[in-house]
This record gives sequence, C-alpha cells and structure tokens, in this order.
Amino acid sequence: MKMRRTMFAYPYVVWMLIFILAPVLMIAYYAFTSDSTFTLENLTGALTNEMYMQVLLRSIWIALKATVICLVLGYPIAYLLSKMKKGTASLLSVLFIVPMWMNFLLRTYAWQVLLSPSGILNSALEWLGLPPQQFLYTESAVMLGTVYNFLPFMILPIYTVLSKMDPSQIEAAHDLGANGPTTFFKVVLPLSMPGVISGITMVFIPAITTFAISRLLGGGKFMLYGDLIENQFITLGIDAWGSGSALSFILLILVLISMAIMRRAEREAGEEGGGKLW
Amino acid sequence: MVKKLRTFFKGTYLGLMLVFLYAPILVLMVFSFNSSKTMGNWTGFSLRWYEALINDSTIMNALGVTLSVAVISAVVSTFIGTFAAIGMHSMRRRNRAIIENISQLPVVNPDLVTGISFMMLFAALGIRDGYTRMLIAHISFNIPYVILSVMPKLRQSSNMLYEAAMDLGCTPWQALTRVVIPDIMPGIVSGFIMAFTLSLDDFVVSWFATDGIQNLSIYIYSSARRGISPKINALSTLMFVAVVTLLLFINLKSIREKREADIQNRKLKAKTR
Repeated sequence: MKMRRTMFAYPYVVWMLIFILAPVLMIAYYAFTSDSTFTLENLTGALTNEMYMQVLLRSIWIALKATVICLVLGYPIAYLLSKMKKGTASLLSVLFIVPMWMNFLLRTYAWQVLLSPSGILNSALEWLGLPPQQFLYTESAVMLGTVYNFLPFMILPIYTVLSKMDPSQIEAAHDLGANGPTTFFKVVLPLSMPGVISGITMVFIPAITTFAISRLLGGGKFMLYGDLIENQFITLGIDAWGSGSALSFILLILVLISMAIMRRAEREAGEEGGGKLW
Repeated sequence: MVKKLRTFFKGTYLGLMLVFLYAPILVLMVFSFNSSKTMGNWTGFSLRWYEALINDSTIMNALGVTLSVAVISAVVSTFIGTFAAIGMHSMRRRNRAIIENISQLPVVNPDLVTGISFMMLFAALGIRDGYTRMLIAHISFNIPYVILSVMPKLRQSSNMLYEAAMDLGCTPWQALTRVVIPDIMPGIVSGFIMAFTLSLDDFVVSWFATDGIQNLSIYIYSSARRGISPKINALSTLMFVAVVTLLLFINLKSIREKREADIQNRKLKAKTR
C-alpha cells in the first residue's frame, strides 16, 4: 500500500521537472554556451565589463548601506517593543507590519509622489520660503525607497528574539552589578544576534536583487544589477540572453554566498533563540 | 523626572518611525480624493479619480487578470501541492530529500532570476499566450509554499490513521478523502491563503514571465515609470483597504481560534486533574 501513496506526488514531480528545474537549467545553459558550444565567454565578459562591474559594486554598496540603516533604525524599535506590556507590544508590532501588506510598487510609488518636483515636500519648502529641491531621481531617493521597503523585515525577527528572551537573565546581570549599557552590550545584544542575522539576511538579499525601486525613484540614472539584467532581457531581447543569463548566474552566486555567510554567522551566534520568520 | 523624560523619548522615537512608515501611504490616500491633478496642492474633495478608475477599461482588465490568476493558481497549486505532500510523506527518505531540495528553488532563487528563467522556458517551449504563461508561472512558485504548509500537519497526524481506515474497509481514495485530508485541512487552508496572496502581490515574476498581458502590478509599474497619475492613488487606496481588511479578518480569526483552543485545553486539563 505504501507504494500507492507515493503516486500522489507524481503529477507534481512532472510539473516540477518541467517548470521548476528546467528553467533554472536553462539559465545555466545560456550562461555557459554560445551557438550551442560550451564557453566561459559570457561569464568572463560579464565580469570584465567595466560598466557591469560598476553597477554590481553600486548594488552591493547600496544594499549594504540600506541594511546598516535598517539595523540602526530597526533595532531600537524592536528593543522598545519588547520592553512593553504584552498587549501593547503585540498591537504595536502589527502596526509596524501592516505597511508590508501593501504592494511594494505602490509603496515605492508613494515616495515618488512625495518627492516629485511638484510634490508635498517641495510644496512644504515653498511654503517655508525655501527654494525647491531635486529629491526625486537621486541616489538618496533610491536608498530611501530601499530602506522604507525593507525596514519591517529587520524589525520583525529582532523583535521575535528579544520578546522570547528570559527576563531573569537581565535581572541576573543587574544583580551581579552590571549597569544598563553593560547589560545591553554584554547580555541583550549577544543574545539577540540570531534575530539580527536573520534581519540582515532578509534586508540585504532582497535589496541586492531589487530592480523596480531604482527605476522609479532613481529615474534610470542609478542602475542596479537587477535593472541591468532586466535591460538585457526586456530591451535587448534574444541576442543578449547569453550575457543576461551570465549576469543572472552571477547574481544567484552572490545570493548563495551571502546566504552561506549568514547561515554560518547564525550557527556561531548559537542555537539560542532563533528569529526565523520563515 | 528622568524616567518621564525617558518614556517621552521612547514614545517619540516609535511615533516618528510610525510616521515614516505611514505618512507616504496616507498622503497617497488623501490625494486620491483631490480634485486637481497636481499632487502638491489640495484644491478640494472629489471622487473624480475613482470614477476615472472604474471607467478605465485597461485597469479593469488588469484587475480581472490579477484576480482570476490568483484564484485559479491558488486552487490548482493547492491541489497539486497537497497531493504532492501526501505522496512525498510516504516516500523513501532519499527520494523525498531530492524533491524537497528542488522544490526549494523558487523559494531561494531571487524572483528576478525565477522570472527570467520562465521567460526563456516559455520561449523554448513555444508557449505564446500571455495569460497561460502567467498562470503557469504563478502555479509553479505557489506549489512549494503549499507543500511547506501542508507537510508539518502531515508529520503531526498519525500514519496509522490511513492504515486504520483501510483496515476498516476504506478504499485508498476513501481513506485519503475522508480521513487524511480532513485531518490536515488547516494546513491546506493556510497553504491556499498563502498561495492566493503571493499571486495577488506578485510583480517581478509576472513582469518577466508574461508577454502582452497586464495584471495590476504590471500596469502600476508601467504607468508609474511614465510619472504620477492620481488614478493610481485611487487604485492604491482601494487595494490597501482591501488587503488590510482581508488580512485583519484572517488574523483575528486565527487569534480567536487559538484562544478557543487554549480554553478547550485548559478545560481538558482541569477535567483530567
């Protein structure tokens, strides 16, 4: 009878081979072939092209900065929430999640509205008698959009870990003579590391693979790696599939490397806690 | 005094962060009721952008695509995913591990890469119709999430249940539909809801996978690239209100169910004592 039940999975196995495994293999195929023969040309081309490398470094740089800003802004929020009464904390934490329920394009579009030359911020400046500023289509606008979109992903895992923390550990530190800051840096922060690490992962990886935010808030002037890939496939079409696949392959490797680093850091931070959202 | 000052600063910080998170959304919503096209100044209350929205056949078509793809892909992926989980659950460990690992691909892969890989696959297979493309892509990225939410329920439920049903004279099909599936129903339902919301919200995969057809996300992206239009403000307001209502409903329901389960457990404990 055991044999029979495995058969229920067969339709999925067929679907999986065609629509999940085959597409990924196609990227590898196009990345490593040219006119159906094996080549490393696409990959070396993508890695030696100066413009491509500039875009790659800019993407990593912006993603890193956005991650740091999210951590600096998000950790205090998570910490303050975890110190509150349970009822208030759970209500407030929902308030910090609700914006995530809105489609990320609309959240980005909202900033486009705020920052535009005739938008609210410039109207406010005008009202104060100040000259209008160019907010939209700057690198700061791209940063702002990234931070805004991913901040809840930083707050949530840290909050989960902090709220599960045993308060007696903090009391013990106080009893042993540690003052507030010492307790925080020697006890609370190390214990919350698993949450911090999942927060970093959940901000950095989406930030490095994003492509619409920079287009909408940077106006195409601050191309990120995702935009570059989009450009290869949507604008240049089938002739650029080889180089586009090579770029996607590099992005995938980059994501896998960052995930491996985070996993390792997580393990080193100890099995304590565990702020996984999924 | 110091303590009061401290709570004041804490409150201010949290308040400022909430303003940062909500201000853009609120501004967007408020200006969807503005009577003029420029976003900077308020010229009076009006519903003209909502009217324009409803009369815009492109947007209404996009809405239709989004909703129908979400419903169909959620139903199909729940079916395939649930049966896949049941099948995988009774597989040998090695085979199961292989399938589980391949299933992780859409979860681990950046959406961008998943979308592009679909684009190339559909071109290679000669699938031209945009709607079919979108549907296949959505079903594919939904199934792993359905499996992920059904699997834990299967692990919780006893393997004996199926055997017992068969011993009592059920056919395999009856044992499955009358015993196993009702037992794992909560997992199936949450898998379905997850699939539905993922499909509703998706932009990146749809953008690359389809050709010549627009869902709401694609419409928003292509019109936002051209600049600001109050019609999109109206659309965002409606979508935000709809999503928040739906999710609050689901969350409140699960909280209530949890509380009821807690009370039941407590009663049981009291009785056994």
